Amino acid sequence: MMTQIVFSVMAASAVVCALACILQRNPVAAAMWLVGTMFSLAGIYVLLNAQFIGAIQILVYAGAIMVLFLFVIMLLNLGHNASDLRRWPALGLAAGVSTALLTTLAGLRFYTPARLAAEVAGASTSQDPARVLTGGTAAQSAMDSLGVVGAIADPLFRTYLVPFEITSVLLLTAAVGAVVIAKRRI
Amino acid sequence: MLLGPALILSAILFSIGVVGVVIRRNAIILFMCIELMLNAVNLSFVALAQFHGLGGQVMVFFVMTVAAAEAAVGLAIILAVFRHRRSVDLQNINLLRG
Repeated sequence: MMTQIVFSVMAASAVVCALACILQRNPVAAAMWLVGTMFSLAGIYVLLNAQFIGAIQILVYAGAIMVLFLFVIMLLNLGHNASDLRRWPALGLAAGVSTALLTTLAGLRFYTPARLAAEVAGASTSQDPARVLTGGTAAQSAMDSLGVVGAIADPLFRTYLVPFEITSVLLLTAAVGAVVIAKRRI
Repeated sequence: MLLGPALILSAILFSIGVVGVVIRRNAIILFMCIELMLNAVNLSFVALAQFHGLGGQVMVFFVMTVAAAEAAVGLAIILAVFRHRRSVDLQNINLLRG
């Protein structure tokens, strides 16, 4: 019960901050509202048994990526421009797209762990459903046996070791690319 | 066991991100809306990882890495465009239009 109340508060604050972010005229204020959304999402991650993800959400997203955004906004001196909202054809398109998306995804509201288990059992996947859905508490039981960080380190450095190493190449490429693109004279 | 509410919150946040991309013309705010959409997808990964094992949380880790790389390169492109056009308004950036 307490979990649901905290979740509702966090969810409401995430949605309000996101709406304020896309409607705010000043880019600096929009960035601060987006930081609010990210903090609320970090709280929700903790509720969903993902404490480590919640911590790096704050460190990486709210800490590093949003500071990068603020640096660029300040560097370009964008604090005081006129409204950049589009005219009505774009607003109509936005209303249509969002209505279509929400009506399509509204069925997700009725998803329960039992229905998820039934769908995984009925799907023709190569994985054994009993191994995938260990009693509906996969995250909880992994954390009980391995600890918060160990539970995520185990799949990261065993099953997903090659993608993890490729990530380092991606980051190196991005860093070199950003320096080359932003250089004054190539 | 907050599966349904977390998934619908993820859908709402994704829709807000899409609306932001459609209605704004400021390139930096467009990038923020893309980050918002990536966050929404991360939320559904974490919600399903409660039941499917921690592979979902590892995917969130990779999504964050890609988001960081994308933000760095995208903001460098915005910086380079701003030097030529003196603006980040997408209406003024039409070099590739035929």
